[in-house]
Amino acid sequence: MFIIKCPYCGERDHSEFSYGGEAHINRPKKPTELTDDQWAEYLFMRKNIKGIHYERWNHSHGCRRWFNMARDTSKDKIHSVYKIGEKPPV
Amino acid sequence: MSNNFRLESGEGINQTEKISFKFNGKTLLGYKGDSLASALLANGIHLIGRSFKYHRPRGILSSGSEEPNALVQIIKDKDKAKTDPNVRATQIEICEGLEAQSQNCWPNVKFDIGEINSIFSSILSAGFYYKTFMWPSKLWGKYEYFIRKSAGLGKSPTEKDPDKYDHKYYHCDVLIVGGGPAGITAALIAAKSGKKILLVDEKPEFGENLLSSSKENIKINDLSPTEWIKDKCKELSNFKNIKILNRTTVSAYHNYNYLIMMQNLTDHLSENEKKEKIRQRLWKVRAKKVILATGSIERPLVFDGNDRPGIMLSSAVKKYLNFYGVKCGNKIVIFTNNDSAYETAIELHNKNSKVQAIVDIREESSGDLPKKCNELGLKIYWKHTIVSSSGHAKVKNVSVMKLSKDNSVVIGKKINIKCDSVAMSGGWTPAVHLFTQSGGKLDFNNQNFCFYPKKTKQSQISIGSCNGTFKLADIINESNQKTSEFINQNVENKNKISEPKEGDLENIWLLPSNKALGKTKSFIDFQNDVTAKDIKLALREGYKSIEHVKRYTTTGMATDQGKIANMHALGIVAETTNTKMGDLGTTTFRPPYTPLTFGAIVGRNVNQFFDIIRRTPIHSWHKKNNAKFEDVGQWKRAWYYPVDNESMFDAVQRESKAARTKAGILDASTLGKIDIQGSDASEFLNRVYTNAWNKLAIAKCRYGLMLNDDGMVYDDGVTTRLNENHYIMTTTTGGAATVMSKLEDFLQTEWPELKVYLTSVTDHFATVSVCGPHSKKILEKVTENIDYSDQNFPHMSFKEGSINKIKCRVMRISFTGELSYEINIQANYGQSVWEKCMDAGKEYGITPYGTEAMHLLRAEKGFIITGQETDGTITPIDLQMDWIVSKKKYDFIGKRSLYRSDTAREDRKHYVGLLTKDPNEILEEGAQIVAEVKNRPPMDMIGHITSSYYSPNLNKSIALAVVKNGKKLKGKKLFVPMANKTIEVTVSDPVFLDKEGTRLNA
Ligand SMILES: [Zn+2]
Repeated sequence: MFIIKCPYCGERDHSEFSYGGEAHINRPKKPTELTDDQWAEYLFMRKNIKGIHYERWNHSHGCRRWFNMARDTSKDKIHSVYKIGEKPPV
Repeated sequence: MSNNFRLESGEGINQTEKISFKFNGKTLLGYKGDSLASALLANGIHLIGRSFKYHRPRGILSSGSEEPNALVQIIKDKDKAKTDPNVRATQIEICEGLEAQSQNCWPNVKFDIGEINSIFSSILSAGFYYKTFMWPSKLWGKYEYFIRKSAGLGKSPTEKDPDKYDHKYYHCDVLIVGGGPAGITAALIAAKSGKKILLVDEKPEFGENLLSSSKENIKINDLSPTEWIKDKCKELSNFKNIKILNRTTVSAYHNYNYLIMMQNLTDHLSENEKKEKIRQRLWKVRAKKVILATGSIERPLVFDGNDRPGIMLSSAVKKYLNFYGVKCGNKIVIFTNNDSAYETAIELHNKNSKVQAIVDIREESSGDLPKKCNELGLKIYWKHTIVSSSGHAKVKNVSVMKLSKDNSVVIGKKINIKCDSVAMSGGWTPAVHLFTQSGGKLDFNNQNFCFYPKKTKQSQISIGSCNGTFKLADIINESNQKTSEFINQNVENKNKISEPKEGDLENIWLLPSNKALGKTKSFIDFQNDVTAKDIKLALREGYKSIEHVKRYTTTGMATDQGKIANMHALGIVAETTNTKMGDLGTTTFRPPYTPLTFGAIVGRNVNQFFDIIRRTPIHSWHKKNNAKFEDVGQWKRAWYYPVDNESMFDAVQRESKAARTKAGILDASTLGKIDIQGSDASEFLNRVYTNAWNKLAIAKCRYGLMLNDDGMVYDDGVTTRLNENHYIMTTTTGGAATVMSKLEDFLQTEWPELKVYLTSVTDHFATVSVCGPHSKKILEKVTENIDYSDQNFPHMSFKEGSINKIKCRVMRISFTGELSYEINIQANYGQSVWEKCMDAGKEYGITPYGTEAMHLLRAEKGFIITGQETDGTITPIDLQMDWIVSKKKYDFIGKRSLYRSDTAREDRKHYVGLLTKDPNEILEEGAQIVAEVKNRPPMDMIGHITSSYYSPNLNKSIALAVVKNGKKLKGKKLFVPMANKTIEVTVSDPVFLDKEGTRLNA
C-alpha cells in the first residue's frame, strides 16, 4: 500500500488511486496506415520490467486526473511521479 | 475453590477482586488480572483440549500469543449460537460471566473418541491429507463424514455477531511495536523528541516479562526489573505527544510503513461493563518510522511425548509463578539447553515448588545461575536428556538418559523421575514475523541458533531480542543507541544493569531417544500434530525444499503459523539434508500475526453499509406498488410488478402486452448520463462512437455504439444534441462509471487538444419513459409547451418543455420499438412526474413495467443489451450492425481493429435470432448450441443463447444467440442439448417484430 503524491493534490493513500497500465504508449495518429503487426504492437504488447517501470495512475477518488509514475518493480518503491506530457525522469 | 496452586501474591493480579467464570460447565474462581490459562492452572486444570489429528490430550504450553494447544471456544451472552472459536486461553483475560469450553473433543475432553486416531497414527503420517485423496474415490464420501465430525477446530457461530466493531486511521512519526524493555527505552527517547509517537503492546500490561522476572538476580540502577519498568511507564505517561495502546496486536506490516493492528477493547470486561461499547478496533496506521521491539519466543525441546499436559515452556512456568502467582506444579522437572531455565528453577525453589531435577543437555555451563542452583542443592543432570514421558491427562513421570559424546544417541541406564510438571527451554527465537512481512531479509546466528533481521526494506529498525539481542543490559543499550540514531535524538544511556553471567547455549533440534524414531512421538507442530518423524518421512519421500516439506507435512500451517514449530522443522531438515540453516532459508510469514475476528475486519461495513445501495427517486412508489427489485450494479431496479399473487412469468407477459397495446411506463433513471460541453464536443463524439456525429442537427438524438480499441463492443446508448456545443450522452446502467472514466482518460492523455468538458449527471435527473400507442396522448396531458405533432416532434428528436413550470427535457426515443417518450427532470421531481403520468394514463390503461418486460420488449425487436448479447469478444459486424460503422470517418476508437485478420474473419460468432420448433418451448439463457447432436458429449459447440423469452405479442418463444458463422445459417436447423432432452431450433433474423418500424409512428 503506497502513499502516492498526486501531482495535483499531494500525498494521498493508495486506495484513492487506480492503476492504468504501462505509460508512454501513444495511440498511433494514423492507425489505418499501420499493418496488423504494427497495430497489434500498440494494442497488446506491454513490457514486464524488473526495475524502473513507467506507468499510468489515475487519482480516481480524488481529482480524477491521470499522471505517470516511475516505480521500481523489484523493490515495489515509487521513484517519482510526473504529469502527463512531461518527460520521464531517469 | 480448589485454589491450592495459588500463591500469596502475583505482580499482575489483584487478589482482592474475585472473579467467577465457567470452564466446561464448571464454575471456577480467579482474580482480576488472570488470563484464562492462569486461572485454570490455579485451579489445577492443565488438560484444556485435544489435538487436531491424534486427539491427544493437550494442556497449556505457553503464556502468550504463540500458544498452540490451549484453544477454547468462548460462549457469548450464554448463547451457543453467538460464540468465538479458537481463542487462545493464554490471551483472554477472565471477567465476570466468562464462559469457555474445550474444543476439538467429542464427547468430552476426558474421554474422546478421536483418540483412536492415535492408535492408527501410522496411517495418519506426513502427507496424510494428500494420500487420503488417493484412496478409492468412491470411499472418500464415506470417510469424509467421520473425518469432518471429529477433526477441525472450534465451531463457527450460527447467529449474527452481536458486537460492534470499529476502524480507525492513524498517522504518526514513530510507531513502536512492543512494550518490553527495548520498546519502553525507545519510547522514552522518541517521546523526548517531541514527535508524534504511538506505542503498542499486545498484552494488558507493558513489560510483562520483566514483571515476571527474578527480583534478586537482576538490578537496574538498584531497582528490581519490576520497579524499573513501572517507573519508566510512569515517566512515559507524562508525555503529551505519545499515544499508548495496550491489548493491541499488529497483525500485518505492509509496504510504505502501513500497519494493521487490532485493539481489544472489551473482551476483558464483564457483560455489564461492556454494554454498548465497541468490542474491537482495527487501526490502519501510517508511520514515518517504525521501531520493532517484538521480543522473542521460547522454543520447546523435541523429545518423545513432549506434548503431554503439564509439559510447558520454562518462561511460561516462571510467568505463571511470578506474574499470576500460580504454581504449575508441586514437583517440577526443568529441562533445558541454556541458562535461562535456571532462573525458573531458582524462582520455583524460592516459592516452595519442589524442583525434582534439572536436566541439561550441555556438558557444563560457566554461567552464574547454574552455580547458584548447585549451591541451593538442586540436582542437575548434565549432558542428559529426557527420552520419554508418561501420564495420560497430565505428565507423571519422565525418563532421563545420558547423551553420548557427539549427542547422537543416549547411553547408560534410564533414570525415572516423578513429576507433575516439566519446564523446558530450547532457547529463544526472535519474533521476526513483522520484520519479514515488511520485506526484510534474515540471517542465521550460529551461536544462538536463531534467525535475526539482517536488512530492512523500509524506514524501520529492530531492537532487543527480536533483533537477536538477549541480555537485558545489551537490549537497553542497543535500544538506546539505535533509537537515538534512527530518530536523531541523542540520549545517553545512564542505566546501570547488573545481571547474571550466562553460559553458552547448545542446540540439538531432535533429541535422541532409546526408541526407534518410528516408535516416538516427538512433536514439532503441536497444533497440527506434526512430529519429527513426519518431517524425516517427507525428506525420505523426496521433498527437499522447506516450502514443500511445510505443505506436505502441514508444519507451521496451523492458526499459530508455526510460531513454536518452524525452527525445529527447519533444523531437522537442515541436519538431515546436511545443509546450513542460513542456506536453507525460512518459509514466509504472512499476515495476520495472530488471527483477527471477521468483525474487526469488516468494522462498520455491515448490513446496509456492507454494499452501497442506489435507489432511484421513484423507488418508494415502486415499493408501495409491490414491485420486485433486481440488482443492477449497486442499483435497485423495479423488476416486475406482480398483481394479486401473479407469478413472475404472468406479470411480465401482462406488462409486455400492455406496453404494446395500451401504454407502459418505465423508470429509466438508472441509465448513465454524461453532460458533454465544449467547442470540440462533436469531434469528440466522432472519435468515441463508430458512427458520424458532426452532422447531427441540434435537438436530434442518435444511437451510438462505443468500442474498445480492440474493436469489441463496450457500451451503447442514445446521445442528444442539446445545442451547438452541448450534448447529453446516455450509457448503460452498469457502464456509467467506466464509460465516464474511459472518456476522461482519452481526453486527458490522448486528445488533450480537444476542448471538451465532461460531467456525470446520472443522479441529477430522473427519467420516466412512457411507451405504447397511447403514450403521445399521455405526454400531451402531462407536459406544457410541447407540440407533439410528428412534423414538429419526430422520432429521434428532443424538445424542452415544462411540467408545472418545472423545466424538463423530453426525448422521443424507443428501446421497445413502440412510440415512446422519455421525460428527464430534476431528480427530486421524479416521483411526482411519474405519478402525474400514472394519473394521466389511467384512462388509457397505463401499466408500469419493470426491467424484465423491458428486456423482453427489446428482444422482440432484436435490440442488443451490451453485456448480455456482447461479452467483450463481439464486434459491431458480428452483431450484424454494419450500418452503424462509418466507412467515411478516418478514425474512431476500435476502427483499425475491425479489419485485423482475426476480426475480419468470416466465420466468427454472429448475432442471430432463434425460433424453437415447439413455439411453447422456452430456451435456457447460456445454453450451448450444436449443429450436430452426438450420443454423448463432447460435441462441437458453435454458440450459446444470450436472451430467451416467451413473447406475448407474437405468441411464441423467441431467443437471441451468438452462433459461429450465423449470418450464413439463416433458416438452418440447430440443436440445443439439455440435460434430459435436445431442443430443435431454427436460425432467424434477430428482429422478430415490426421490422419496418411502423409502430414507432403508430
Ligand atoms: Zn489528485
